[in-house]
Amino acid sequence: MAAIYSLYIINKSGGLIFYKDYGSSGRMDTNDSLRVASLWHSMHAISQQLSPISGCFGIELLQADTFDLHCFQSLTGTKFFVVCEPGTQHMEGLLKHIYELYTDYVLKNPFYEMEMPIRCELFDINLTQAIQKDRVALLAR
Amino acid sequence: MIGVGKIKQYSNVLDKPLSKGKQEVSLSAFAFLFSELVQYNQTQVDNIAELERRLEDAGYAVGARVLELLCHRDKGNRRETRLLGILSFVHSTVWKVLFGKVADSLEKGTEHEDEYMISEKELLVNRFISIPKDMGTFNCGAFVAGIVRGVLDGAGFPAVVTAHFVPVEGQQRPRTTILIKFAEEVLRREARLG
Repeated sequence: MAAIYSLYIINKSGGLIFYKDYGSSGRMDTNDSLRVASLWHSMHAISQQLSPISGCFGIELLQADTFDLHCFQSLTGTKFFVVCEPGTQHMEGLLKHIYELYTDYVLKNPFYEMEMPIRCELFDINLTQAIQKDRVALLAR
Repeated sequence: MIGVGKIKQYSNVLDKPLSKGKQEVSLSAFAFLFSELVQYNQTQVDNIAELERRLEDAGYAVGARVLELLCHRDKGNRRETRLLGILSFVHSTVWKVLFGKVADSLEKGTEHEDEYMISEKELLVNRFISIPKDMGTFNCGAFVAGIVRGVLDGAGFPAVVTAHFVPVEGQQRPRTTILIKFAEEVLRREARLG
């Protein structure tokens, strides 16, 4: 049972800078993942404008029949979102943790260029650990 | 007046006691500063060897100052004059002040008499750094190698110091080894001292 289908990180202009899928369901090719990323970026921006509440930060959770999409936007406009099984809990915590890993292993890396695709070994290693830990915690519940 | 009587005023800077120096520094602040240092130096060079050399030079200046400070603060204005003494000074005292812990290991090279190695499972400066594939064996530990060279050189033990990644079996990440190769004169002096 894979609770998380995939993880996306998009930069402030809507470009996909990180994509990873877990398990077989919901797998996409590169073009599709880029499309989903920019589509989500625009939808998120529109939702901010359409919201009846002033000071809205955009969609945080999208619920569909076959998946849930949890989104976290950092103060600088970088968006992190996971596509997961409907009803999966504690995704906000996981997204915040991934944001933490991003600030540590991507932003403090002198060889990373801002707004460019993430290729950092340490980020991958720690991300895999975080997702695994999350899965173990999920099975234990 | 506020603060009067709380802090003793010293008219002469030399009368001031030396600070304990146990204050901790934010790791994030250091990591960002170090990252900027590497990025800046990257814009100034056109090959990796040059970048390594520049980082080492930056470390050398730190090492020279650290030696001065620690000899004064911890050793009552004395410094080590023997090879093993200075090596254990680097391995424990210097490491503890700079990184908050003693280095993981200090070994003698097996192949050469004049080589010593300080190994660290995860070097503090490398904590957040992933080297891109196209940079080969480049190691930001060159900065730490420079610090070690600065300390040794200042104490009268000229040496060539380099940083290398060494893969560890069963571990995803390689460890960093600081390789110290002493100059010939150091070994000759050491042999004379017995």
